[in-house]
Amino acid sequence: MAAGRYFHCGAAMIAELGLAALWLAAALAAMQLALAALGVRRVTRAPEAENSLTADILGAVRPVAIVQGAVAALAMAALIAVFLRSDMSVLLVAENSHSEKPLLYKFAGAWGNHEGSMLLWVTILGLAGGAVAVFERTLPRVTLIATLGAQAAIALGFYAFLLFASNPFARIDPAPADGQGLNPLLQDPGLAFHPPTLYVGYVGISVAFSFAVGALVARDVGPAFARAMRPWVLGAWIFLTLGITAGSYWAYYELGWGGWWFWDPVENASLMPWLAATALLHSVTVLATRDGLRAWTVMLAVVAFSMSMIGTFLVRSGILTSVHAFAVDPSRGTFILALLVLYIGGALALFAVRIGTVRAGNTFDPVSREGALVANNLLLSVILGVVLIGTLYPIVAAGFGVQLSVGPPFFDKAAGPVALLLVVVMAAGPLLRWRRDGVRAVAMRMAAPGAAFAVALLAVLAFGGGVALLQLLGLALAAGLAVASVAPLWRRNLLRTPLFTWGMVIAHLGIAVSLAGIASESAFTRQTLVAARIGEPQRVGPYTVTLDGIAPTIGPNWSALEAHLSARRGGATIRLRPQSRFFTNPVTVTSESAIATRWDGQLYTVLGQADGQGRVQLRLWWKPFVTLIWLGGALVALGGALSLAGRLQRERRTRRRSAEEAWA
Amino acid sequence: MKGGARLWLPLALFVAVAAIIAVALYRPADRTVYSAMVGKRLPTFATSPLLPGKPGVVSTAFADGKPKLLNIFASWCVPCAAEAPQLMALKTAGVPVVGVAIRDTPGAMRDFLARGGDPYVAIGDDKASAVQLAIGSSGVPESFLIDGDGTILLQHVGDIRADDVPDILAKLAAAK
Amino acid sequence: MKRFALFALLASSPAFADSNLPPAPLANTQLRDPVQEAKAQALMVTIRCLVCQGQSIADSDAEMAGDMRALVRQRIEAGERPAQIRDWLIARYGDYVTYDPPFSLLTAPLWIAPLVLIAFGVWLARASFRRRGS
Repeated sequence: MAAGRYFHCGAAMIAELGLAALWLAAALAAMQLALAALGVRRVTRAPEAENSLTADILGAVRPVAIVQGAVAALAMAALIAVFLRSDMSVLLVAENSHSEKPLLYKFAGAWGNHEGSMLLWVTILGLAGGAVAVFERTLPRVTLIATLGAQAAIALGFYAFLLFASNPFARIDPAPADGQGLNPLLQDPGLAFHPPTLYVGYVGISVAFSFAVGALVARDVGPAFARAMRPWVLGAWIFLTLGITAGSYWAYYELGWGGWWFWDPVENASLMPWLAATALLHSVTVLATRDGLRAWTVMLAVVAFSMSMIGTFLVRSGILTSVHAFAVDPSRGTFILALLVLYIGGALALFAVRIGTVRAGNTFDPVSREGALVANNLLLSVILGVVLIGTLYPIVAAGFGVQLSVGPPFFDKAAGPVALLLVVVMAAGPLLRWRRDGVRAVAMRMAAPGAAFAVALLAVLAFGGGVALLQLLGLALAAGLAVASVAPLWRRNLLRTPLFTWGMVIAHLGIAVSLAGIASESAFTRQTLVAARIGEPQRVGPYTVTLDGIAPTIGPNWSALEAHLSARRGGATIRLRPQSRFFTNPVTVTSESAIATRWDGQLYTVLGQADGQGRVQLRLWWKPFVTLIWLGGALVALGGALSLAGRLQRERRTRRRSAEEAWA
Repeated sequence: MKGGARLWLPLALFVAVAAIIAVALYRPADRTVYSAMVGKRLPTFATSPLLPGKPGVVSTAFADGKPKLLNIFASWCVPCAAEAPQLMALKTAGVPVVGVAIRDTPGAMRDFLARGGDPYVAIGDDKASAVQLAIGSSGVPESFLIDGDGTILLQHVGDIRADDVPDILAKLAAAK
Repeated sequence: MKRFALFALLASSPAFADSNLPPAPLANTQLRDPVQEAKAQALMVTIRCLVCQGQSIADSDAEMAGDMRALVRQRIEAGERPAQIRDWLIARYGDYVTYDPPFSLLTAPLWIAPLVLIAFGVWLARASFRRRGS
């Protein structure tokens, strides 16, 4: 029992330190919850009779939240440290790492497994709560304390899960000589940073959930609450957008079949919070500026984080078949399910009980910007519902003894048209006036986007050559949306335009760009699969590709066979080197695609197997404008960042002005 | 604010979803893919012999009135070697064991039979998994009980274990 | 000689339970007629690989997926319609083998869901709108 531990004197302490930090963080979360609950109760029961004890209790919550976040971060740092040191006496390191792994992947290996990623989850949860405690200044005191209390309540459940069912710091004795290695498919810089980015998004949206619960508890659902919540929602949403975009691009270039989205259950689990967060993002602006959509906003805030938690659960429960799923036993699944029922059930029950007592917000005409935003919320929720139902349906059917599969054909047909409808709403929305607008006036403003739509439609019909309806509409609507998204800038002084207007413009433009890429890739991709001989030219799209030779090559922990390809279009020649890599720890073969990017698309090449007769399998694709998909995603995130900057700037200016007025 | 019963709808929906998930968790789905051809007539196929001296397998041979065991296997499949003793036991009990070898070569098959014994009355050569796809098999080894008319009675996925043998014998005896 | 050795290396992947035989002729080769190939490709992305963790036969390196691709291409070349081939596969493996769930009593809720959700949402949203003339 003790032998292995004493062998690593200094290193031994790090894992124990990490575990101690985790316990401490859990204790602090419990304290944070207790203080918040007690404080809020005292104030709401007898607001006039507030005394110094109540003030002390309320005042203690912020510092405790900050320290809790810091201590959780310390635990995460300890886990990363044991991975970097390849401390094989820690079970997690032995199962998921190897001493020969490049440093970057040792680092990323810390969260490339169930326990480590759960620890990352609670770390971000704690840090987010701490950040709210540090930066949130505008919210009324009781609402803020209730929010921090809700955050602590969530954290507590997940700390318990980690400490009792998924201890990342468990030891193994005797320590093995070396680890079982990390899946070579995960040894990629893009993938190393994809989970943390996504997690900041997933878990960051918990702040919105806590705000919503806090607001319901304090009965304070109004513009002030919305204005306070908005930057947090934007921040989490930006990371979610980036995480999903990056994940999609990683899957595209790593998996070797040219696909970028598979409607895989785990992908869907990441999309659903994004859909809810996007709806929330728009809803919170209506609440902040027009005091409308109170119930929608609170509900969406609860739904967004609920989707995060459900997603986390689905990935780890083992009830879904997916290339992404972690292999976890059912007892852990039960634990998380219990947490889900507690948190989501609790929040939804609180909603049902309290939302009726919140004073009704303003109403508005159906043809108005608020109306468009309601349509936006609605359509996003429908897409979310379709994705959720499609993902869970095989499980429901299995309950009735029927095995069926629900995949891209369903999702494309069910969610695609709704998404296109949403694009139309997105185009019209920013051009509508608040409160009430006239149909004819709107039609006039939509003339230019409508023209762009018509032109694109005709162009594709004329020159596209046999494009399916959905793709045709996608291309035409992308053109219309692109024009409509820059329309708010028309005839404005661009330097005087507020930053958040720029944000909206660029984000919507990003969607148009992405849509154009999606439709183009779907409609115009050319594929060539061939068993090629050396020297034989192959055609794919506008390119002629020749296999010049095959050579062996070596990397840090792999050996590979590399094909030398030369691709010609018109004059220029491109050289591409796709590889077939052989790993020893664990024994795997992966294919590394070689991609050449041009302004109008990508040439995607993959090396397959030899057929024993002097020919080797080549998979070649010409994908026109496929990079627009992720470029669009990046633009959307950029738009979000500009919006966030704009709001924070406006906030600082308002605060400075009211401070100046107070002095005057 | 209006709402009433509507406000409880989200909670009700969530409880439904949680119930679905809980059921799935406690009754983990069987991930095995079963053939949908059980109970139907054996589809038409013909395979050439893999080894000289042992006939190939054609579907018409199954409608001769005698129930048989159709074994989908391969020499490169590890569990197939594990079920060889059980197949020999079935052969001794008088059951005609017909084999279809998936993506196999004569040399490897000879070694395989030398190691584990040869219970097969015929071995068909299925280099492109055609027979496998035609009867709804999705892996090796799998065994199908075929009755005298050529109807598929039963599919056994995976290798045959010692305690499966009596059950198979009983089912074949009951069929005719 | 060296080139042959390299080709040989490529031909033998570390086998777990693989046959080491080369893939079927049409598994990784396209049909000569581009229209037929497009039909085959469109069908293949909707057929599930039976031995994989959630991939279509078009996206999988598994041997059986290759054999299924060869089957699809062969039949399309022989003139069969994609729907016929899909039905043939469903007769063998059940609805599990297709990613496009056929419309039936069991899958009706799935396919009607988008319409039901939109209708429901519109009904919910009516509460937010101002009554005209109130």
